Parts: sequence; C-alpha cells; structure tokens
Amino acid sequence: MFEQIEGSQAVARAVAACRPEVICAYPISPQTHIVEGLSRLVKSGRLAPCEFVNVESEYAAMSVAIGASATGARAYTATASQGLLYMTEALYNASGLGLPIVMTVANRAIGAPINIWNDHSDSMSQRDSGWIQLYVESNQEAVDVHLQAFRLAEALSLPVMVCMDGFILTHAVESVELPGQEQVDQFLPAFEPRQQLDPEHPLTIGAMVGPEAYTEVRYLAHYKQMQALDLIPEVAGLFEQRFGRSSGGFLRHYRSDDAGTIVVALGSVLGTIEDVVDELRDAGEHIGAVGIRTFRPWPADEVRAALAGAKRVIVLEKAFAIGIGGIVSQDVHGALAGLPISVHTAIAGLGGRPITKASLRQLLADARAGQLAPITFVDLNHALVDAEIQRMLSARRSGPHAENMLRDIGIVGAGPV
Amino acid sequence: MSATRLKYFQTGSFAAGNRLVDPDQRSVQSDPGRANAITCGHRACQGCGEALGARYALDAAMRATGGDLIATNATGCLEVFSTPYPESSWQLPWIHSLFGNAAAVATGVAAALKAKGNTHTRVVGQGGDGGTVDIGFACLSGMFERGDDVLFICYDNEAYMNTGVQRSAATPPAAYTSTTQAVGDEPGATWGQGKSVPLIALAHEIPYVATATIADLRDLERKVQTAMEVRGARYIHVLVTCPLGWGAASADSIKLARLATETGIFPVWEGEHGDVVSVTKIRHQTPVEEYLKLQTRYRHLFLPARREDIIERIQARADRNIARFGLLEAADDDPLDLQVEAGS
Ligand SMILES: Cc1ncc(C[n+]2csc(CCOP(=O)(O)OP(=O)(O)O)c2C)c(N)n1
Ligand code: SF4
Ligand SMILES: [Mg+2]
Repeated sequence: MFEQIEGSQAVARAVAACRPEVICAYPISPQTHIVEGLSRLVKSGRLAPCEFVNVESEYAAMSVAIGASATGARAYTATASQGLLYMTEALYNASGLGLPIVMTVANRAIGAPINIWNDHSDSMSQRDSGWIQLYVESNQEAVDVHLQAFRLAEALSLPVMVCMDGFILTHAVESVELPGQEQVDQFLPAFEPRQQLDPEHPLTIGAMVGPEAYTEVRYLAHYKQMQALDLIPEVAGLFEQRFGRSSGGFLRHYRSDDAGTIVVALGSVLGTIEDVVDELRDAGEHIGAVGIRTFRPWPADEVRAALAGAKRVIVLEKAFAIGIGGIVSQDVHGALAGLPISVHTAIAGLGGRPITKASLRQLLADARAGQLAPITFVDLNHALVDAEIQRMLSARRSGPHAENMLRDIGIVGAGPV
Repeated sequence: MSATRLKYFQTGSFAAGNRLVDPDQRSVQSDPGRANAITCGHRACQGCGEALGARYALDAAMRATGGDLIATNATGCLEVFSTPYPESSWQLPWIHSLFGNAAAVATGVAAALKAKGNTHTRVVGQGGDGGTVDIGFACLSGMFERGDDVLFICYDNEAYMNTGVQRSAATPPAAYTSTTQAVGDEPGATWGQGKSVPLIALAHEIPYVATATIADLRDLERKVQTAMEVRGARYIHVLVTCPLGWGAASADSIKLARLATETGIFPVWEGEHGDVVSVTKIRHQTPVEEYLKLQTRYRHLFLPARREDIIERIQARADRNIARFGLLEAADDDPLDLQVEAGS
C-alpha cells in the first residue's frame, strides 16, 4: 500500500512490522522521529508484545539491546552522530558476542563543531566495529532494507546497521509502499537464537579469552561477514521475488556498463548524481554511477567488476579520514588493485552542505579536463580557510576557528537570525 | 527462611556463629542441596571476600527462584576469576558484556523476559564497586529510576582491584591505593570525596535496598531472599574484603568484615521505598583502630609515626554512622551479655 509518509515514520512502521520484542530509545536528531513513532505503536498496543525502554543514554540503549538479544528477543534501536559514538564500546561488544541487533543510523555529522546535519562521519567511524553496514538511497529502500536487515542479522548472528541520511531521508515526506504484515511475517522467519540465556540450559556468555583463542574468535567474526557476502544478494533476491521491488544487495549500477568515468557514492546523494549523469549522457559523455549499498562486508569482487571498464573513478564521500583522505576510496583502491584506473576522492556534503548539480558538474568538468586532484574538497570556501590560516599563523590566541569563520561570513553578530 | 536474630560474641574466631542456630538453619558449604552458582575451581585469591559474597548471594537467589535465574556481570575480579577461557565457574546462565553496563544488560534481559511473557525467570545484575558506583552508575540509576525488575548486587571491596588496586568512589578516606599513594601530608585517599550508593539507591525510592557484609552470611542470604520476594528494582551493597588490595591476611577476611560493622565504619541496614526500615545493631562498639591496624592500606597511620589526627577523623566518621543509623544496641540482661560485660 502506498502512503505519503515521512521517512522516519515509514521506517518505524517497517520496523514494527518486523515485530521487535524490545526497543530501546534515546533521543537524538535526526533519528528521534523513528523511536517516537515506535513509542506510539507500542503504547497503543498496535505493536505487541514489545517492551519499549526509555533508557538514560545510547550506551544504555545498546546495552539493553545486548541483554535482550542474548535472552532471545528481537531487539532494535536507532541513533545518530554523538549517540553512535557514545555507544561505541557496546557496539563492538554486540558484534563480538554475535548478537543480531538491528539499528538505524540516521546519518549526521560529528562535533566539534556540533552540527546536527547530515554526513556520514558517524557510521564511517564504526566501519570496523564488526557490524554489517547497509546504506540506503531512498525512503522506499530504507523500509525495504530494514526487513532484510532483520533477516540477515538473525541468519548470521551479527548486528546490522541500516544507514539512512539524516533529514534528507528521515524528514522527507514522500510516497512509500509499506509492506503488509502478512507479507513481512512470511519474509522474516521467527528469531531462533544461536545462543540464549536460559535457565534450562545455563550458558556462560562473554567469558574472558586470552591469546590462545582470541585470534580465532575474531577470525570467526570475519568469517561471518564473509558469509554475509553470499547471503546479502540472496536475501535481496528473495525480497525482490516476494515484494516485486529491487532493494538492498551490494551495489546499484546506473548507466555504468560502458562508462569511462564512474562516480561512486553512498546514500541519498545518488539521486542527484544520477540526474547529472543523465544530463552529461545527453551531452554525449560516457559517464555512469555506482552506488555502494553494502559497505561492510566490503563486496570487493563486485566493486571491481562494476568499475573494471572505467578509466576514471571518482569516489564521492560524505566523510573523510582526517590526516589521509577518503575512507571508501581506500577500499575502492584496494578493489581495483592492478587495474589501470585512476581513483579520485571528492569530499562533499559535510555537516549538511548541499551537494548541488552545479557542484557535481564542475567536479566532472575538472575530471574531464584532467585537472582533478587525488583529493578534492567540493565547494570548499578557500578564501575563508586562507583567511583563518593567516589569523592562526599571525597570533597565538587567534580564537576558535568556527566562530572566527562564521564572523567572517557575516552570520555571527549579524543581528537576530 | 526465618530471620533468626543472631547475637555474635567475639570469642576470637569471628566465625558466623553457625553453632548458635538450629541445624536446619545453618549455612553449610558442602550441603549437597546447594545451588553452587559459582562452583569450585575459579581463580580468586585465597580469602577473597568477593568470591564468598557472590557465592552466598547467588546461591540464595538460586534457592529463592528454584534455579530460575539469569545473571549479568560487570567486568572486574569476579568476572575475570570466574571465567578464564575455556572454563566457567557459573552454573547459571550468565553474561558479561562491559565494565559499565551490567545494570543495563540486566534491564535488557528483564525486558526480553517480559516481552516473552516469562514471569518466572528472575534477573540479577552484579559488579564490583568500580562497576557500580563509578563507571556503571548511570546505567544503575537508570535501571532504578525505571523500576526494572532487576536485583543489582554490588560487591564493594573499596577499590578497582582487578586492575591493581586503584581508587574508586567507594575507597574510604586515608586508604592507600595505587592512585592514592601514602605520601605527603594527607596520605592515602582524599577526605571529603566518595559517595554512598546504598543511600543514593534509597533516594530512588525503589522497593528494597540493603547493605550487608561477608561477616554475616546468614544476613546476606536473608536479604537476597527478601529482595527476590519483591518485584521491581532492588539493590544490595555487600562489603567484601580483598586481602590483596587491603593488605590483609587471607585468614582475616571475615574478621575484617565484622570489624567494619562493629566499629560503625560500614553500617548494615535495610530500606524500603525511600526509608530505612531496619539496622543491624552493634552490641559493643569497637574502636576503628582495631580495624585499621590489620590492613597495610592504613599502615601509614601507624608508621613511621602515629597519625592520631587521621585516626580520630576516621573514628568520627564511624561515630557519625552509629549516631545517624542508631547502630548501638541498648544493653539488655542477656546472661551471656552480662558475662561479656563483666569481662569474662
Ligand atoms: C571501559 C573500561 N574502563 C576500564 C576498564 C579496566 N577495568 C577492568 S576491571 C577494572 C576494575 C574493576 O573494579 P571493581 O568494579 O571495583 O571490581 P573489582 O575488580 O574490585 O572486584 C577496570 C578499571 C575496562 N575493562 N573497561
Ligand atoms: S584481588 Fe581481591 S577481589 Fe580480586 S580476586 Fe583477589 S582478593 Fe578477590
Ligand atoms: Mg572493587
């Protein structure tokens, strides 16, 4: 059934259809509408049996989810940004214990400077946490991938993070086809835990492991992610068969088969990129796009196959590793090892800066002219940065960068805003 | 189990006075009916009060629930000495997640049971003082405040023992730890710091709060039993001796715990819904010095020179506890009492 609905509410409905038994909630924008929606569904009895726990921190949210999952309950939570970092220790623990928790990350920048808008710094910081990471492009895909996430998590006994762009998707109202309860029940088998706290069969979970077996336990976590490489396309295929829509899986190919230049990106920005691809295709350019839907595990073979025919690959990233550059780019590099393809990193959309078609056209024009540096900060205000660098060099107490630069561009102290 | 009020007499043994109760009421380590929640073979130090306290507390909880129990455990000595891979001392379903989240994990277990309509399985969370009063405090307070159906037990040995005896918010003033060294004018832990989590728990107005020590295992068992008869968030704070961290003889573990109560240093009481409802009275107040001098963590109060000023401050703290909780028992005409008074 199609509904005109906010992304967060659509996700709440999809999650509810997966019949989670324990939901942990802690507010942080832009995730909060999801748990608010779920709170209403639980309180009204429409989602039952389900315990909705208002915790005192994200650290507790993940910890409650850990306890619930280890007791055999389907557990869900959602967070973003500072909240994701705040639960970091528990994230590694959930994956280390092999607990199939599903979590939505409404992607948002990380402070300082505190910033509530969208980029991918939060989930990218948890790249190595042992969670499966799936990125969605649209609210329809967000709905669909949540159903797949529970199935994947429970089949593998691994936690899954569904990453959706904060505000751009979570707060966008658009037409979404919501799955029927019966359909979901048929798609998602009952949770059968591999390990469970059960007085009938006492188990010790979370014992201390020394050098004699730690490597092996970690290897098994890797092995399970490699298993996910088989399972993810299988689950996406099954989803398409049952629901008649293609969602999830490893990659999205957009006019990339014969493309000399391919833009690689994650999440909602793919829509804008695809529009630009269409325009440039109309102008006769051989250009395409590839969307990364599964970032962990990294589908290296599929990425290599998708990009092997190109001469130039531009990885557009909404996060970066300070002190070196692109994060996704490194993995793309690895996947393309030995191929005569130049890989460029374009950092864009940090802290909610819009990624416009004009910026993308400029980026691609530079590429065409052979002027694209290995790493480009799209739309970086060079004059602003240069002025601040000068200030920094000329005085020891030059003050906080953020405030200085806002003053320069006339927002701070410009009267009421 | 009835709450037999035992009177302990300091015969020099400091033993729990089993011989004073009816045989069917005695604690028997080797009773074949024991749950043995923590079975033998764990790696705790000789005389570890935490091992003893946890064993009695969890055995009591197992008895109270007919073995229908799940435990969550914070990182710390108890976790490390009980689960050296690939062995485990735990005879009940047990999970260790992190240092600071044992209470929240317990909440998750309780929530899962509730969602599954399981009203019979019960949940205990446990941790050391560090895992409870410091790093685990937010999760603990959240669990209390929501009224989650969890009994949390803190085994308080007054420092971070597992990492080598560092100061926690439960470390008493003037005590040496590896981060409150016995040097300078005010050696040991700083005065005016620390917190009483039992009182903070009480302030959450949860249905049941109790303190206990390993000197009175019958009392500990009874309190666990009482706690398991109640639903909602419950808290028991058990003073447990750590021979290694306190610098005490292993054989003195029980004696030290008893001295901690008889000096007034560690008040033993029960509270319900925000009010203290009972206290364990002291029959004869012992000067704190008797307690301090058995532990090298207080050696600097006696050597190289006696620090009367600091000993007095510690005594004043104990006296305040005695006054505040009304710990001192009025003399009665019990013939044994009279004999003791007479110095026989
Ligand atoms: C987040 C985190 N910080 C620090 C540690 C290191 N650590 C492990 S156990 C421990 C001390 C435990 O002290 P306490 O809770 O009092 O238990 P005890 O060992 O004294 O029984 C510390 C500091 C850790 N494991 N995790
Ligand atoms: S260090 Fe202390 S708490 Fe730890 S096992 Fe030894 S006696 Fe017990
Ligand atoms: Mg301790």
